[in-house]
Amino acid sequence: MISAVVRASWAMLRRDRAALALSFAVPIVFFSIFAVIFGGQRDASTRKVRVLAVDEDGSPRSRRMMEVLAAEEALAVSTAPAAEPGEAAPAPYDRAAAEAAVRGGDAPVAIVIPKGFGAAKIGFGPEAERAKLELLVDSSDPIAGRMVAGLLQKVIFTGMGDLLLESGIDSLDQVAEFTGEQRERLGKLLEEARRAPAAGSTSEPGRGGFELPIAVETRDLLGESKENPMISFYAAALGVMFLLFTASGAGGALIEERESGTLDRLLSTRISMPQLLAGKLAYLTSLGIVQLIVMFVWGWLVFGLDLPAHWGGFLIMAVPTALVCSAFGLVLAAVCRTRKQLVAMSNLVILSISALGGSMFPRFLMPEALQKASLVAFNSWALEGFLDVFWRDEPIVAALPEIAVLLGWTVVFFAVARRISKRWEIV
Amino acid sequence: MVAVEIRGLTKSFGALRALAGIDLTLDAGEVLGLLGPNGAGKSTLVRALMGRVRPDSGEIRLFGRPSGEAGARDVLGYVPQEIALYPVLTAEENLRVFARFLGLAGEPLRAAVRRGIEFANLADRAGEPVERFSGGMKRRLNLAIGILDDPRVVLLDEPTVGVDPQSRERIYGMIGELATRGAAILYTTHYMEEAERLCDRVAVIDHGELIAVGTREELVRATVGAGREIVVTAEREIPAEIAAQLGAAVVDGDRLRLATSEPAVAIPRLLAELERCGVGVRDLELVTPGLQSVFLHLTGRELRE
Repeated sequence: MISAVVRASWAMLRRDRAALALSFAVPIVFFSIFAVIFGGQRDASTRKVRVLAVDEDGSPRSRRMMEVLAAEEALAVSTAPAAEPGEAAPAPYDRAAAEAAVRGGDAPVAIVIPKGFGAAKIGFGPEAERAKLELLVDSSDPIAGRMVAGLLQKVIFTGMGDLLLESGIDSLDQVAEFTGEQRERLGKLLEEARRAPAAGSTSEPGRGGFELPIAVETRDLLGESKENPMISFYAAALGVMFLLFTASGAGGALIEERESGTLDRLLSTRISMPQLLAGKLAYLTSLGIVQLIVMFVWGWLVFGLDLPAHWGGFLIMAVPTALVCSAFGLVLAAVCRTRKQLVAMSNLVILSISALGGSMFPRFLMPEALQKASLVAFNSWALEGFLDVFWRDEPIVAALPEIAVLLGWTVVFFAVARRISKRWEIV
Repeated sequence: MVAVEIRGLTKSFGALRALAGIDLTLDAGEVLGLLGPNGAGKSTLVRALMGRVRPDSGEIRLFGRPSGEAGARDVLGYVPQEIALYPVLTAEENLRVFARFLGLAGEPLRAAVRRGIEFANLADRAGEPVERFSGGMKRRLNLAIGILDDPRVVLLDEPTVGVDPQSRERIYGMIGELATRGAAILYTTHYMEEAERLCDRVAVIDHGELIAVGTREELVRATVGAGREIVVTAEREIPAEIAAQLGAAVVDGDRLRLATSEPAVAIPRLLAELERCGVGVRDLELVTPGLQSVFLHLTGRELRE
């Protein structure tokens, strides 16, 4: 009896070949996307942390610091904005420009070498007396800030070891009072250290809690005023993903209309197919907006998401996001011939573009090439728009490019759904 | 007044010729039955009238206007074979939704919904979700929605499939009412008794061709003749050569029909022939020929589901 159930179920699945193919394609495609994203992490060269460096001090020591930062393989250091083709090279970053660039999402971290760095003491002791570096971080990338802080330890120990040695000798001299001959030998030793600053050094980065000879002061530019900064990121990320599932599920109503005969009946009335699709789009969009509102209000009430300060930006982003997801849902419903196909297709496409677009894990965790490729996933633009207004506290104009892209995709998806749905209309 | 005029309509789907040059007219106030076996082209013809099938050639006029003209199809009402309702909505909500799609609003919409509920005889269940209705109630509502805006031409596609006798009677009444109001009705059905009872004229379609059109009497006279018909049901399949021996007999499985003007002569001859071939007789009827006989005569097949 049980085998009869199994055989009948397999027979039905076999009959719907598209659904059958998709049910095997989903895990393969999904696995491949994750493999590309995480598999790439094994090769350290695939992901360099983009860092902006600002030298306010201009001393030989600060210039040396800039050099060792630039030589660090795990960092992609920029000291000035990229030049536009045909224009003169822009001025190097100053503190304000670097801060604005981090706030704007151009880089997750800026290292500022403040005035007085060259004159201050390098070594262990009271923090107030030590040379200081400042890190300006965007904590929406929780990895980059910590990674750079850890790398700084490595850079300082391996790249500026001679300075540490010099400072150590000075400290010892005050206590031990070296003879002239001893001082001369120590001077030679120092000279050798300067000539081969990093030779043979394999000191490991990121030894947590270890006191640095140079003080590092970290400032979270975006999350410092937020009670629970990552919540706004995940509210946007998950909101966009679930909107896609809602839209494809509700878009399936079109398939039901076709199967039940109500579509035939509707098309025998005064309504045309474009009007019907536009009506469905409007309904799905309103449903999506309500869904986002419910989700964000829940985030506000339960998890301390700072919604009241961002109502305007939230609503302005919610509308194009819900529109594009709804139009995409219509395309899925128009492409599929059965509910079963729609479920399989939705799983495949939505999970894939959610992974690619940054809903499952942030785009900044991806290899750089994939970060660029992920821009083809329209949901990545929705996510970026939410982050602009919600996370980076930028004015809504900052999200205009994202809004324009989302509206553009909406038009494209609607046109595709319209084109495909012609087969239901007339033969 | 000619409500629907179809001239030389053809449509092929790949190698399949669904409509092979149909010529047909339907007058206002007339009920025209469209009979044909499955796959004969009935649905294609109805869908061509609705504008859902683009004919390869030929033309359709609705009250003299080409059907492709803007607004020409607004005279059409369509009742699909499927129960095309929203099950979670109530009867009243279904009527209201489709009335809006028909462009009605305000008082005309409310009046149409009231008429629909009354027409479907659902006044006491109007506020209930349709999913709780019996098959017959759903069919009545299905019909009521198709005529919400009082169309001048109604296309009915098998409107009584799976309906209990009581609801069927009610639906017949509804169709009669529509015809009395002056609507032209194209009625597609598998049920001969429905066609005989409701239709002023009958069109028989097979393999995409219209093989006969006329009143019941005209069709009977032109095919099986004005006499009587002997219907024999045998105990086994009847050999085809018996039909040849008996002239006008039509054999279909274990059934044989023989039209005759002299039953007293024909019956003994028929029984003798069956006995000679070793075919036992289970039943023998002498009937006045109807559409069933006409259909069988024209297509060589009984009209079955």
